[in-house]
Amino acid sequence: MKRELLGALVAAQHRKQPAVLVRGLTTGKHCVVTREESLGDLDDIDPVVVDAARAALDSDGARTIEAAGERYLVQTLASKPRMLIVGAVHIAQSLIPMAMQAGYEIILIDPRTAFANPERFPNIRIDNRWPHEAMSEFELDARTAIVALSHDPKIDEPALQAAMDSNVFYIGALGSRGNHAKRLERLAALGYSKAQLSRVHGPIGLSLGGRSPAEIAVAILAQVIQSRHQPTSG
Amino acid sequence: MQEPTEVLATALAWLEAGRKVALATVVETCGSSPRPVGSNLVVAADGAFEGSVSGGCVEGAVVSAAQDVIASGESIMMDFAYTDADAWEVGLACGGSIQVFVERIE
Repeated sequence: MKRELLGALVAAQHRKQPAVLVRGLTTGKHCVVTREESLGDLDDIDPVVVDAARAALDSDGARTIEAAGERYLVQTLASKPRMLIVGAVHIAQSLIPMAMQAGYEIILIDPRTAFANPERFPNIRIDNRWPHEAMSEFELDARTAIVALSHDPKIDEPALQAAMDSNVFYIGALGSRGNHAKRLERLAALGYSKAQLSRVHGPIGLSLGGRSPAEIAVAILAQVIQSRHQPTSG
Repeated sequence: MQEPTEVLATALAWLEAGRKVALATVVETCGSSPRPVGSNLVVAADGAFEGSVSGGCVEGAVVSAAQDVIASGESIMMDFAYTDADAWEVGLACGGSIQVFVERIE
Protein backbone atom coordinates (compact mmCIF):
# COMPACT_ATOMS: atom_id res chain seq x y z
CA MET A 1 0.00 0.00 0.00
CA LYS A 2 1.20 3.49 -0.76
CA ARG A 3 1.92 5.85 2.07
CA GLU A 4 -0.38 8.58 0.65
CA LEU A 5 -3.36 6.20 1.02
CA LEU A 6 -2.41 5.49 4.61
CA GLY A 7 -2.18 9.27 5.10
CA ALA A 8 -5.68 9.71 3.64
CA LEU A 9 -7.07 7.07 6.01
CA VAL A 10 -5.51 8.70 9.06
CA ALA A 11 -6.60 12.19 7.90
CA ALA A 12 -10.21 10.96 7.58
CA GLN A 13 -9.95 9.58 11.08
CA HIS A 14 -8.81 12.99 12.36
CA ARG A 15 -11.78 14.62 10.62
CA LYS A 16 -13.98 11.98 12.35
CA GLN A 17 -15.15 10.82 8.92
CA PRO A 18 -15.42 7.18 7.85
CA ALA A 19 -13.12 5.86 5.13
CA VAL A 20 -13.07 2.60 3.21
CA LEU A 21 -9.85 0.89 2.18
CA VAL A 22 -9.95 -1.55 -0.75
CA ARG A 23 -7.10 -4.02 -1.27
CA GLY A 24 -6.69 -6.30 -4.26
CA LEU A 25 -5.25 -9.38 -2.60
CA THR A 26 -3.35 -10.74 -5.62
CA THR A 27 -2.77 -7.62 -7.72
CA GLY A 28 -1.71 -5.47 -4.75
CA LYS A 29 -3.87 -2.59 -6.06
CA HIS A 30 -5.39 -0.28 -3.44
CA CYS A 31 -7.87 2.53 -3.24
CA VAL A 32 -9.40 4.66 -0.51
CA VAL A 33 -12.94 6.02 -0.64
CA THR A 34 -14.26 8.76 1.65
CA ARG A 35 -17.41 10.90 1.39
CA GLU A 36 -15.33 13.65 -0.25
CA GLU A 37 -12.97 11.79 -2.54
CA SER A 38 -11.68 8.54 -4.03
CA LEU A 39 -7.99 7.99 -4.57
CA GLY A 40 -5.49 5.28 -5.40
CA ASP A 41 -5.42 2.72 -8.21
CA LEU A 42 -8.97 3.49 -9.34
CA ASP A 43 -8.25 2.58 -12.98
CA ASP A 44 -7.15 -0.92 -11.98
CA ILE A 45 -10.02 -1.80 -9.66
CA ASP A 46 -13.37 -3.06 -10.95
CA PRO A 47 -15.97 -0.24 -10.65
CA VAL A 48 -18.33 -2.69 -8.93
CA VAL A 49 -15.83 -2.89 -6.09
CA VAL A 50 -15.47 0.89 -5.84
CA ASP A 51 -19.27 1.15 -5.64
CA ALA A 52 -19.30 -1.49 -2.90
CA ALA A 53 -16.69 0.57 -1.06
CA ARG A 54 -18.89 3.68 -1.27
CA ALA A 55 -21.82 1.70 0.13
CA ALA A 56 -19.57 0.41 2.94
CA LEU A 57 -19.01 3.98 4.23
CA ASP A 58 -22.23 3.57 6.22
CA SER A 59 -21.30 0.25 7.80
CA ASP A 60 -18.67 -1.19 10.10
CA GLY A 61 -16.12 -3.98 9.77
CA ALA A 62 -14.55 -5.65 6.74
CA ARG A 63 -15.35 -8.34 4.19
CA THR A 64 -13.88 -9.86 1.06
CA ILE A 65 -15.63 -9.63 -2.28
CA GLU A 66 -14.71 -11.09 -5.67
CA ALA A 67 -14.94 -9.28 -8.97
CA ALA A 68 -13.40 -9.97 -12.39
CA GLY A 69 -11.27 -12.80 -11.03
CA GLU A 70 -9.69 -10.79 -8.21
CA ARG A 71 -10.38 -11.06 -4.49
CA TYR A 72 -10.66 -7.75 -2.63
CA LEU A 73 -10.75 -6.89 1.05
CA VAL A 74 -13.15 -3.99 1.60
CA GLN A 75 -12.52 -2.53 5.03
CA THR A 76 -14.47 0.28 6.69
CA LEU A 77 -12.51 2.44 9.10
CA ALA A 78 -15.35 4.09 10.96
CA SER A 79 -15.06 7.11 13.21
CA LYS A 80 -14.84 6.34 16.92
CA PRO A 81 -18.05 5.88 18.86
CA ARG A 82 -18.65 8.83 21.15
CA MET A 83 -19.57 9.10 24.81
CA LEU A 84 -21.04 12.33 26.15
CA ILE A 85 -20.62 12.36 29.90
CA VAL A 86 -22.75 14.84 31.81
CA GLY A 87 -21.42 15.56 35.28
CA ALA A 88 -17.70 15.87 36.06
CA VAL A 89 -17.96 13.76 39.19
CA HIS A 90 -15.68 11.19 40.81
CA ILE A 91 -17.17 8.30 38.78
CA ALA A 92 -16.41 10.26 35.58
CA GLN A 93 -12.74 10.36 36.58
CA SER A 94 -12.72 6.55 36.59
CA LEU A 95 -15.01 6.08 33.60
CA ILE A 96 -13.16 8.38 31.17
CA PRO A 97 -9.83 6.50 30.96
CA MET A 98 -11.66 3.15 30.76
CA ALA A 99 -13.96 4.35 27.97
CA MET A 100 -10.99 5.81 26.09
CA GLN A 101 -9.25 2.42 26.32
CA ALA A 102 -12.39 0.86 24.86
CA GLY A 103 -12.11 3.23 21.88
CA TYR A 104 -14.60 5.98 22.73
CA GLU A 105 -14.15 9.64 21.99
CA ILE A 106 -15.10 11.49 25.19
CA ILE A 107 -16.83 14.83 25.67
CA LEU A 108 -17.40 15.95 29.24
CA ILE A 109 -20.25 18.38 29.86
CA ASP A 110 -20.73 20.23 33.16
CA PRO A 111 -21.44 23.93 33.70
CA ARG A 112 -19.76 23.78 37.13
CA THR A 113 -16.19 24.82 36.40
CA ALA A 114 -15.14 23.74 39.89
CA PHE A 115 -15.93 20.19 38.77
CA ALA A 116 -15.19 20.27 35.06
CA ASN A 117 -11.75 21.75 34.60
CA PRO A 118 -8.53 20.61 32.95
CA GLU A 119 -6.85 20.05 36.31
CA ARG A 120 -9.35 17.37 37.32
CA PHE A 121 -9.80 16.12 33.74
CA PRO A 122 -6.60 16.56 31.73
CA ASN A 123 -6.42 15.94 27.97
CA ILE A 124 -10.10 15.61 27.23
CA ARG A 125 -12.67 17.88 25.62
CA ILE A 126 -14.62 19.78 28.30
CA ASP A 127 -17.74 21.79 27.58
CA ASN A 128 -18.80 24.15 30.40
CA ARG A 129 -22.12 25.14 28.88
CA TRP A 130 -25.42 23.90 30.25
CA PRO A 131 -26.29 20.53 28.71
CA HIS A 132 -29.24 21.74 26.59
CA GLU A 133 -26.90 24.24 24.92
CA ALA A 134 -23.84 22.03 24.71
CA MET A 135 -25.73 19.05 23.33
CA SER A 136 -27.36 21.01 20.52
CA GLU A 137 -23.89 21.25 19.01
CA PHE A 138 -23.25 17.51 18.73
CA GLU A 139 -24.84 15.15 16.29
CA LEU A 140 -26.61 12.75 18.64
CA ASP A 141 -26.44 9.77 16.31
CA ALA A 142 -26.51 5.98 16.57
CA ARG A 143 -22.78 5.94 17.40
CA THR A 144 -23.25 8.13 20.49
CA ALA A 145 -23.82 7.15 24.13
CA ILE A 146 -25.07 9.58 26.76
CA VAL A 147 -24.16 9.02 30.39
CA ALA A 148 -25.67 11.39 32.96
CA LEU A 149 -23.77 11.35 36.25
CA SER A 150 -24.26 14.76 37.89
CA HIS A 151 -27.08 13.54 40.14
CA ASP A 152 -28.54 17.04 39.80
CA PRO A 153 -31.88 17.12 37.95
CA LYS A 154 -31.29 20.56 36.48
CA ILE A 155 -28.08 19.32 34.84
CA ASP A 156 -28.98 15.70 34.04
CA GLU A 157 -32.57 16.06 32.88
CA PRO A 158 -32.07 18.50 29.98
CA ALA A 159 -29.38 16.08 28.77
CA LEU A 160 -31.77 13.13 29.07
CA GLN A 161 -34.41 15.06 27.14
CA ALA A 162 -31.99 15.76 24.30
CA ALA A 163 -30.98 12.10 24.38
CA MET A 164 -34.55 10.79 24.22
CA ASP A 165 -35.29 13.18 21.32
CA SER A 166 -32.41 11.59 19.38
CA ASN A 167 -31.20 8.33 17.95
CA VAL A 168 -28.33 7.65 20.43
CA PHE A 169 -27.64 3.97 21.14
CA TYR A 170 -27.35 4.32 24.90
CA ILE A 171 -28.83 6.55 27.59
CA GLY A 172 -28.00 6.03 31.25
CA ALA A 173 -28.55 8.08 34.40
CA LEU A 174 -26.99 7.73 37.82
CA GLY A 175 -29.35 7.54 40.76
CA SER A 176 -31.08 5.12 43.08
CA ARG A 177 -34.21 3.22 42.11
CA GLY A 178 -36.34 5.74 44.03
CA ASN A 179 -34.66 8.77 42.49
CA HIS A 180 -34.90 7.24 39.05
CA ALA A 181 -38.66 6.66 39.46
CA LYS A 182 -39.14 10.32 40.45
CA ARG A 183 -37.00 11.42 37.52
CA LEU A 184 -39.13 9.40 35.10
CA GLU A 185 -42.28 10.97 36.57
CA ARG A 186 -40.91 14.46 35.97
CA LEU A 187 -39.92 13.58 32.39
CA ALA A 188 -43.32 11.93 31.76
CA ALA A 189 -44.98 15.16 32.89
CA LEU A 190 -43.06 16.91 30.10
CA GLY A 191 -44.73 14.60 27.59
CA TYR A 192 -42.21 11.80 27.15
CA SER A 193 -43.80 8.46 26.35
CA LYS A 194 -43.22 5.17 28.17
CA ALA A 195 -41.27 3.90 25.16
CA GLN A 196 -38.98 6.92 25.22
CA LEU A 197 -38.49 6.73 29.00
CA SER A 198 -37.70 3.01 28.79
CA ARG A 199 -34.56 3.91 26.81
CA VAL A 200 -33.03 5.46 29.94
CA HIS A 201 -31.00 2.90 31.89
CA GLY A 202 -31.48 3.61 35.59
CA PRO A 203 -30.06 2.80 38.02
CA ILE A 204 -27.17 3.04 35.57
CA GLY A 205 -24.85 0.13 34.75
CA LEU A 206 -24.96 -3.64 34.82
CA SER A 207 -25.70 -5.06 38.24
CA LEU A 208 -22.21 -6.08 39.39
CA GLY A 209 -22.58 -5.15 43.06
CA GLY A 210 -19.55 -2.83 43.17
CA ARG A 211 -19.69 0.41 45.14
CA SER A 212 -16.45 2.28 44.46
CA PRO A 213 -16.30 4.85 41.64
CA ALA A 214 -14.08 2.56 39.57
CA GLU A 215 -16.37 -0.44 40.09
CA ILE A 216 -19.41 1.62 39.08
CA ALA A 217 -17.49 2.88 36.04
CA VAL A 218 -16.87 -0.74 34.97
CA ALA A 219 -20.60 -1.48 35.34
CA ILE A 220 -21.51 1.57 33.23
CA LEU A 221 -18.96 0.86 30.50
CA ALA A 222 -20.05 -2.80 30.40
CA GLN A 223 -23.66 -1.73 29.85
CA VAL A 224 -22.66 0.73 27.12
CA ILE A 225 -20.68 -2.01 25.35
CA GLN A 226 -23.59 -4.43 25.67
CA SER A 227 -26.02 -1.87 24.23
CA ARG A 228 -23.72 -1.26 21.28
CA HIS A 229 -23.10 -4.87 20.36
CA GLN A 230 -26.19 -6.69 21.68
CA PRO A 231 -28.88 -4.03 21.59
CA THR A 232 -31.67 -6.49 22.38
CA SER A 233 -30.13 -8.00 25.51
CA GLY A 234 -30.12 -4.82 27.65
CA MET B 1 -6.36 -3.75 22.28
CA GLN B 2 -5.91 -1.25 19.47
CA GLU B 3 -8.60 -0.77 16.84
CA PRO B 4 -7.55 -0.77 13.15
CA THR B 5 -7.71 3.03 12.96
CA GLU B 6 -5.19 3.35 15.80
CA VAL B 7 -2.89 0.75 14.28
CA LEU B 8 -2.92 2.66 10.98
CA ALA B 9 -2.11 5.90 12.81
CA THR B 10 0.83 4.11 14.43
CA ALA B 11 1.97 2.86 11.00
CA LEU B 12 1.93 6.42 9.64
CA ALA B 13 3.77 7.79 12.69
CA TRP B 14 6.48 5.15 12.29
CA LEU B 15 6.85 5.96 8.58
CA GLU B 16 7.12 9.65 9.38
CA ALA B 17 9.84 8.81 11.89
CA GLY B 18 11.78 7.20 9.03
CA ARG B 19 11.08 3.57 9.93
CA LYS B 20 10.18 0.98 7.29
CA VAL B 21 6.89 -0.75 8.05
CA ALA B 22 4.66 -3.58 6.92
CA LEU B 23 0.99 -4.02 7.66
CA ALA B 24 -0.62 -7.40 8.37
CA THR B 25 -4.39 -7.67 8.01
CA VAL B 26 -6.79 -10.53 8.76
CA VAL B 27 -8.67 -11.17 5.49
CA GLU B 28 -10.53 -14.35 6.37
CA THR B 29 -11.51 -16.21 9.52
CA CYS B 30 -13.12 -19.56 10.06
CA GLY B 31 -14.35 -21.08 13.31
CA SER B 32 -13.49 -19.58 16.66
CA SER B 33 -10.83 -17.06 15.71
CA PRO B 34 -10.32 -14.30 18.24
CA ARG B 35 -9.89 -11.25 15.99
CA PRO B 36 -12.29 -10.27 13.19
CA VAL B 37 -11.55 -9.68 9.50
CA GLY B 38 -9.85 -6.30 9.15
CA SER B 39 -7.79 -6.59 12.33
CA ASN B 40 -4.34 -5.11 11.82
CA LEU B 41 -0.82 -5.55 13.06
CA VAL B 42 1.86 -3.05 12.10
CA VAL B 43 5.46 -4.23 12.09
CA ALA B 44 8.70 -2.25 11.83
CA ALA B 45 11.93 -3.52 10.28
CA ASP B 46 13.45 -4.01 13.75
CA GLY B 47 10.56 -6.30 14.78
CA ALA B 48 8.62 -3.75 16.88
CA PHE B 49 4.88 -4.28 16.48
CA GLU B 50 1.48 -2.88 17.56
CA GLY B 51 -2.00 -4.35 17.17
CA SER B 52 -3.00 -7.97 16.70
CA VAL B 53 -4.26 -10.50 14.18
CA SER B 54 -4.98 -13.29 16.69
CA GLY B 55 -5.03 -13.76 20.42
CA GLY B 56 -1.24 -13.85 20.36
CA CYS B 57 -0.91 -17.31 18.81
CA VAL B 58 0.53 -16.35 15.43
CA GLU B 59 1.89 -12.84 15.97
CA GLY B 60 5.45 -14.14 16.28
CA ALA B 61 5.32 -15.81 12.86
CA VAL B 62 3.60 -12.80 11.27
CA VAL B 63 6.16 -10.35 12.67
CA SER B 64 8.99 -12.48 11.35
CA ALA B 65 7.36 -12.81 7.88
CA ALA B 66 6.60 -9.07 7.86
CA GLN B 67 10.29 -8.32 8.33
CA ASP B 68 10.97 -10.38 5.18
CA VAL B 69 8.19 -8.46 3.36
CA ILE B 70 9.81 -5.17 4.39
CA ALA B 71 13.08 -6.40 2.91
CA SER B 72 11.64 -7.84 -0.34
CA GLY B 73 8.67 -5.55 -1.00
CA GLU B 74 6.61 -8.60 -2.07
CA SER B 75 3.19 -8.94 -0.41
CA ILE B 76 2.36 -12.39 0.95
CA MET B 77 -0.69 -14.31 2.13
CA MET B 78 -0.27 -16.45 5.24
CA ASP B 79 -2.63 -19.26 6.26
CA PHE B 80 -2.87 -20.46 9.83
CA ALA B 81 -4.99 -23.39 10.85
CA TYR B 82 -5.70 -25.24 14.04
CA THR B 83 -2.83 -27.20 15.47
CA ASP B 84 -2.71 -29.33 18.57
CA ALA B 85 -1.99 -26.95 21.45
CA ASP B 86 0.68 -29.37 22.68
CA ALA B 87 2.57 -29.36 19.41
CA TRP B 88 5.61 -27.13 19.12
CA GLU B 89 4.27 -25.40 16.05
CA VAL B 90 2.84 -22.03 15.23
CA GLY B 91 -0.92 -22.39 15.14
CA LEU B 92 -4.20 -21.46 16.67
CA ALA B 93 -5.12 -23.32 19.82
CA CYS B 94 -8.64 -21.90 19.61
CA GLY B 95 -9.68 -24.29 16.84
CA GLY B 96 -10.20 -21.68 14.13
CA SER B 97 -8.25 -20.73 11.06
CA ILE B 98 -7.23 -17.35 9.72
CA GLN B 99 -5.73 -15.90 6.59
CA VAL B 100 -3.43 -12.89 6.97
CA PHE B 101 -2.29 -10.53 4.18
CA VAL B 102 1.09 -8.91 4.77
CA GLU B 103 2.18 -5.90 2.69
CA ARG B 104 4.89 -3.29 2.81
CA ILE B 105 3.87 0.36 3.00
CA GLU B 106 5.65 2.04 0.09
